[in-house]
Amino acid sequence: MIHFVLLISRQGKVRLTKWYSPYSQKERTKVIRELGGVILSRGPKLCNFVDWRGFKVVYKRYASLYFCMCIDQDDNELEVLEIIHHFVEILDRYFGSVCELDLIFNFHKAYYILDELLLAGELQESSKKTVARLIAAQDSLVETAKEQASSISNIIAQATK
Amino acid sequence: MALHGMRGLSIFISDIRNCQNKEQERLRVDKELGNIRNRFKKEKGLTPYDKKKYVWKMLYIYMLGYDVDFGHMEAVSLISAPKYPEKQVGYIVTSCLLNENHDFLRLAINTVRNDIIGRNETSQCLALTLVGNIGGREFAESLAPDVQKLILSSSCRPLVRKKAALCLLRLFRKNPDVVNVEGWADRMAQLLDERDLGVLTASMSLLVSLVSNNHEAYWTCLPKCVKILERLARNQDVPQEYTYYGIPSPWLQVKTMRALQYFPTVEDPNTRRTLFEVLQRILMGTDVVKNVNKNNASHAVLFEALALVMHLDAEKEMMSQCVALLGKFIAVREPNIRYLGLENMTRMLIVADVQEIIKRHQAQIITSLKDPDISICRRALDLLYGMCDVTNAKDIVEELLQYLSSADFTMREELSLKAAILAEKFAPDLSWYVDVILQLIEKAGDFISDDIWFRVVQFVTNNDDLQPYAAAKAKEYLDKPAVHEKMVKVCAYILGEYSHLLARRPGFSPKEIFSIIHEKLPTVRTTAIPILLSAYAKILMHTQPPDQVLKNQIWAIFTKYESCIDAEIQQRAVEYFALSRKGADLMDILAEMPKFPERQSSLIKKAEDAEGDTAEQSAIKLRAQQQPSNALVVSDHHPANGAPPPISVGHLTVVKAPNVNDTEDHNSTEQAPSQENGNISKVDPQTPSADLLSDLLGPLAIEGPPGAAVQYEHNAAPGLDGGPDAVDGLAIVPVAVETNTIQPIVNIAERFRALCLKDSGVLYEDSYIQIGIKAEWRAHHGRLVLFLGNKNTSPLISVQALILPPAHLKMELSLVPDTIPPRAQVQCPLEVVNLQPSRDIAVLEFSYMFETNMVNVKLPLPAVLNKFLQPISVSAEEFFPQWRSLAGPPLKLQEVVRGVRPMALPEMANLLHSFGLMISQGLDPNPNNLVASTTFSSDKTRGMLCLVRIETDPADRTQLRMTLASGDPTLTFELKEFIKEQLVSIPTVHQAAPPAVPAAPPTPPIPSNDPAALLAGLLS
Repeated sequence: MIHFVLLISRQGKVRLTKWYSPYSQKERTKVIRELGGVILSRGPKLCNFVDWRGFKVVYKRYASLYFCMCIDQDDNELEVLEIIHHFVEILDRYFGSVCELDLIFNFHKAYYILDELLLAGELQESSKKTVARLIAAQDSLVETAKEQASSISNIIAQATK
Repeated sequence: MALHGMRGLSIFISDIRNCQNKEQERLRVDKELGNIRNRFKKEKGLTPYDKKKYVWKMLYIYMLGYDVDFGHMEAVSLISAPKYPEKQVGYIVTSCLLNENHDFLRLAINTVRNDIIGRNETSQCLALTLVGNIGGREFAESLAPDVQKLILSSSCRPLVRKKAALCLLRLFRKNPDVVNVEGWADRMAQLLDERDLGVLTASMSLLVSLVSNNHEAYWTCLPKCVKILERLARNQDVPQEYTYYGIPSPWLQVKTMRALQYFPTVEDPNTRRTLFEVLQRILMGTDVVKNVNKNNASHAVLFEALALVMHLDAEKEMMSQCVALLGKFIAVREPNIRYLGLENMTRMLIVADVQEIIKRHQAQIITSLKDPDISICRRALDLLYGMCDVTNAKDIVEELLQYLSSADFTMREELSLKAAILAEKFAPDLSWYVDVILQLIEKAGDFISDDIWFRVVQFVTNNDDLQPYAAAKAKEYLDKPAVHEKMVKVCAYILGEYSHLLARRPGFSPKEIFSIIHEKLPTVRTTAIPILLSAYAKILMHTQPPDQVLKNQIWAIFTKYESCIDAEIQQRAVEYFALSRKGADLMDILAEMPKFPERQSSLIKKAEDAEGDTAEQSAIKLRAQQQPSNALVVSDHHPANGAPPPISVGHLTVVKAPNVNDTEDHNSTEQAPSQENGNISKVDPQTPSADLLSDLLGPLAIEGPPGAAVQYEHNAAPGLDGGPDAVDGLAIVPVAVETNTIQPIVNIAERFRALCLKDSGVLYEDSYIQIGIKAEWRAHHGRLVLFLGNKNTSPLISVQALILPPAHLKMELSLVPDTIPPRAQVQCPLEVVNLQPSRDIAVLEFSYMFETNMVNVKLPLPAVLNKFLQPISVSAEEFFPQWRSLAGPPLKLQEVVRGVRPMALPEMANLLHSFGLMISQGLDPNPNNLVASTTFSSDKTRGMLCLVRIETDPADRTQLRMTLASGDPTLTFELKEFIKEQLVSIPTVHQAAPPAVPAAPPTPPIPSNDPAALLAGLLS
C-alpha cells in the first residue's frame, strides 16, 4: 500500500502531503525533512526508487516538483511510478497544463483530486475520464451552493441575523 | 474553468511566498494563527465561508510544517454542516490534519455513520473517503457492517461502491475480525464478476488483503482472478478509458496477479493452463518501446508476471525463461529496469534453484555494484550476498573489499557487515578470513561494529594454528602509520595473547611488541586503553627471562593509570600492577584465553531494521522466505552446552581482558567474545543478560501454564479451594479450553512428508502463526532455518521452541525470542549434525500464547535419513568389485518385501531418485530390476557408498526383493528399512496417518517370459 504521498519543490518546500498510515505531526515533519534530503540530492539519470527505512519511495520529478510515494518493500514499483504519472495527467487536464503555481494556490483542489484517485493507500480509479467527471460534479455542487448563498433572499437573511 | 478561489486564502499564500526568509514566514504564520484563533473564539460572526477559509489556511500552515494545535474542533464540526461546500471542506481538512489516533475523531463517528447510511450520495462519498483514509479500530468496529452493505448494494452507483470496497479494506487492516470470512467469501467472489472496472480494481485491492490473511477461505476467487487476467491481458476486452497507453488497466492486471500469489498452487488443470498461457504471453510479448510511460506500465505487468511464475514454481522451462529475461534486464542501461532486474533475481534465488545460472551474470552484477546510483548498488549488493557460495566467495568478498573505499558512506556499514559474514561463512581457509577482516577494519574502521572484531578474536582463539599467523598480521597492521582505533584494539588483543609464539622472529621480541602497541596509546580513546593494559600485562608475563627494563616501563604505565578517573582503567592498572609482582602466580591468572564454545556467527543478526510493521504480509514472506537484504534478522545465540556463561565481576575481571570493557563499550552483553568464554572462571554464575534469563526461565514459563491448566480443569469443578485459587481456576479454565480451539490450518503430517522431499516450505500454520523451514544440507551437516511468522496485529508471547533430537542427531537451535512482534517474522537457525545412520525423527515442541490462547504442538522435523544421501553415479567397473567385496550380512542384507504399493518401474525409479538414490541404467541386464547407488554421510561413517538392487516381478507388483550393501552394518539395515517404508506405503510419521491404501493406478502387468527366473540373484 501507499503509506504517504509527498509533493516537494526543488527548494524543499512542501506542496502537498497525504498520509495513509498513522504518523504523528512530529514524525511527519521528520519524514519530510529526511526524504527531502535523500531525494533532492539525487542526480537526474538515476532510477526512480529509493530504499528508505525498510520502505521504498518511488519518486518522479516533473519540472520543479518532485512527486513521491512511499510503499512497502514488496510492492510493485513501476505500478506506483505510473500512478504518479496518472495523477499528474489528471492534474494537467484539470488545470490545463498544470504548473507548480497552480498547485500552490489551489492546493485544496489537488486534495480533492487526490481523494478521487487514491483511497486507503490504494489506487481507486484508473480512468482519467471518470475522475474528471467526478471532480466536475463536485465543482458544480459547490457552484450551485454559492449561487444560492448569493441570491438576494440569502443576503437579506444574512444581514438581519 | 471551475477555479473559484478564495481571495483571503490566495492573499495569505502570496504573502507567504513573498517572505524573504524563514523568520519572516514564521512571523506571518504566527500573525495568521493569532487571527484565526480570535475569529474562532467569538464564533458569532463567522459565516460558513469564513470558517471554510480559515480551516484551509490552517491546513496550509500545517502543511508548511508548523504546529497547529487548535481549530481541530472547528474542522471536525464542519463535517456536520448541512451544505455540501462546508461539509466537503470539513471532511478533507479533518482527514489531513488528524490521524486515526486523534481523540477529536471519535466525536465525528456518529456524524460519519449517519452520512454513510444516509441517502445522499455525495455525503456518502465524503464519509467513506474519510474513513478509508484515517479510520481506526473504533471506526472498524462500528462501521464495517454498513460499509459492507454499500459494496453489495445494487442501488448504489459505482462511485460509492468502489469507495466502500477500499474503505472496508482499511477497516479490515485495522481489525481483521470485522470481515466474517464465512459470510464474506462468497460475496467477494461475486464482486469479482463486476463489470465496472473502477469497482473491480477496488475490489481486487480488497481481495489481495483478504487472501494475504487467509487464502483458503477465498479459493472460489481463484478461477475468477484467472478469468479477469485473461480478459485483460489476452482478450484486451476493456473500455477505452480504462486503457493506459494502450495497455488494458495495468494496475488491475498487477493486482490480480498479486492476489494469485497468495494461493499456494493452482490445482484445476484448465485454470492452470489458461493462466500459464496468459503468463507466457506477458513474458514473451512485452517489448521495450520508446514511450516511457507505456514501457513502465508494461514492465510493471511483466515483473508481476515474473513474480507469479516464480511463485507457482512452473515447469522448468518457464523458470529458465524468467532467468533469461532477468539476465537481459540487469544488463540494460535504463536504471529502473536494471534495478528491478537485480531485485527480482535476488527474489528468484530464494524460490528457485537457479544459483548456477545466476552465477554466469556475476561480472555484470559487479558492474552494477559500482553504479553511481546507490539504489542500484544496494540491490546488487543484496544479490551478490544471496548468490555467494564457496565457489565464488573469494571473488565476491574481494570485490566488496575493493569497493568499500569508494562506496557511498551510507552503504559502508552494510557492505562491511555483509563482507564479514560471507568471509566467515565461505572462507576457504581461516588465514584468508583473518586477512579479510583486518582489511575491513583498515578500510572502514568507523563502519565496523564491534561484533566483527569480536568474531575474528573468537576464531583466532579457537584455532591454534591460526594464532601465529594472526599475530604476524596484527603486527604488520600496527606498523602502519595511521591506524584506526578498532585496529589498535584487535591487534593489541591478538599480540597480547599470541605474540609470544613468534618471539624468536626478528621484530617480535616482547620489547618491540610492547613499543609498537604503546606508540598507539596516545591516539586512542579511553575505551581502548583497558585492552592495551591487558596486552601489556600479558606481554610482561610472557617475557622470559624477565626483562627488568621492560618491567619498569610497564609498571610505570600501571602506576600512571592507578589514579585514572575512568574506573575500569584504574581498576585494571591497580590489579595488573599488584598481580605482576606476584611472580609465578601471574601465570595462572593471566594464562591464555580458553577456547570459546563452538557456536554460530554472532554477526548474522539484525543488520537492518526490520521492515515496518504496517506492512502487509507479502506473498514472498508468506512462503516463509525472505530476501537476503532483510534476512539478517536472527536472534542471539547461546553456547552449545547451554551452560550459563557467568559474568565476571569484581577483581577477577583481570583474567578476561576485554570483558568489562565491552560491556562498557556498547552497553550490551551481546557477543562480547569473553562472555561466553568465561566458563572456566570461578565466579558466581550470575545470569548476565536478559536473553539468557529468558532462555533459562523460558522452559519453566511454558511448562507452567499447560500443566496448571489441566490441573485446574480437574479442580475447578469442585471449586472448593476458595480464595484466590478459585478465582484463578475460573480464569484459567477457559484458557485450558481454548488450548484445543486453535487448529492448524495445514495437515502437519502432509507438510512433513512434503518437506522430506524438498528443502523449503511451510512446516506448520494456524491462524496466528506460520512456521516455515528452509534447509541446506552438506554432507552430514545440515542447517535449517525456522521462520516464525506472526500473522497478527498483536504480538505472540511466551514463544518456546524445544528440540527433542533422536540419539543419532546433534541439534542446536539458536535462541528463540520470547515474543514475536506483530506481523514480524523471526528466523531461528538450527544446526544439525548427523552422527550415525538412523531412521528416528527429531521433533520440535513448539508453543506460544496469543492473548489467552495457549498453543502447543509437536512437529516432526524433516531432518530425515534421505537428507544425508547424496546421489552418486557408479560405473560397472566400480560397482561390481564393491558389490562382491561386501559379501553377505551384516554388510549386505537381502529381503523379500511384500505388500508393496504397486507402481510401474519408472515410477519406482522416480521415487528412489527423489530420496537421493541415483539409478544406474544398464548395470543390471534384467529390465525389471533397478540398481541404484548413493553416498550416505554421518559423523561415524563419513561419506559411505551404498549400493541398492531391487528386483521386481512384473507379474506381481506387490512384492519385490531388495538387496542393500554398504560398509557399515547399521547403515545397511537402516537404509534397507527406510527404502522399505517408502515402497510399502505412503511414508507416514509416527503412524499418524493410516497406512495408505494402494491407490496407485493399476499398472497392467508386463508380460514376461520367465517371471520366476527374474527373481534369481544375478550378481550375488
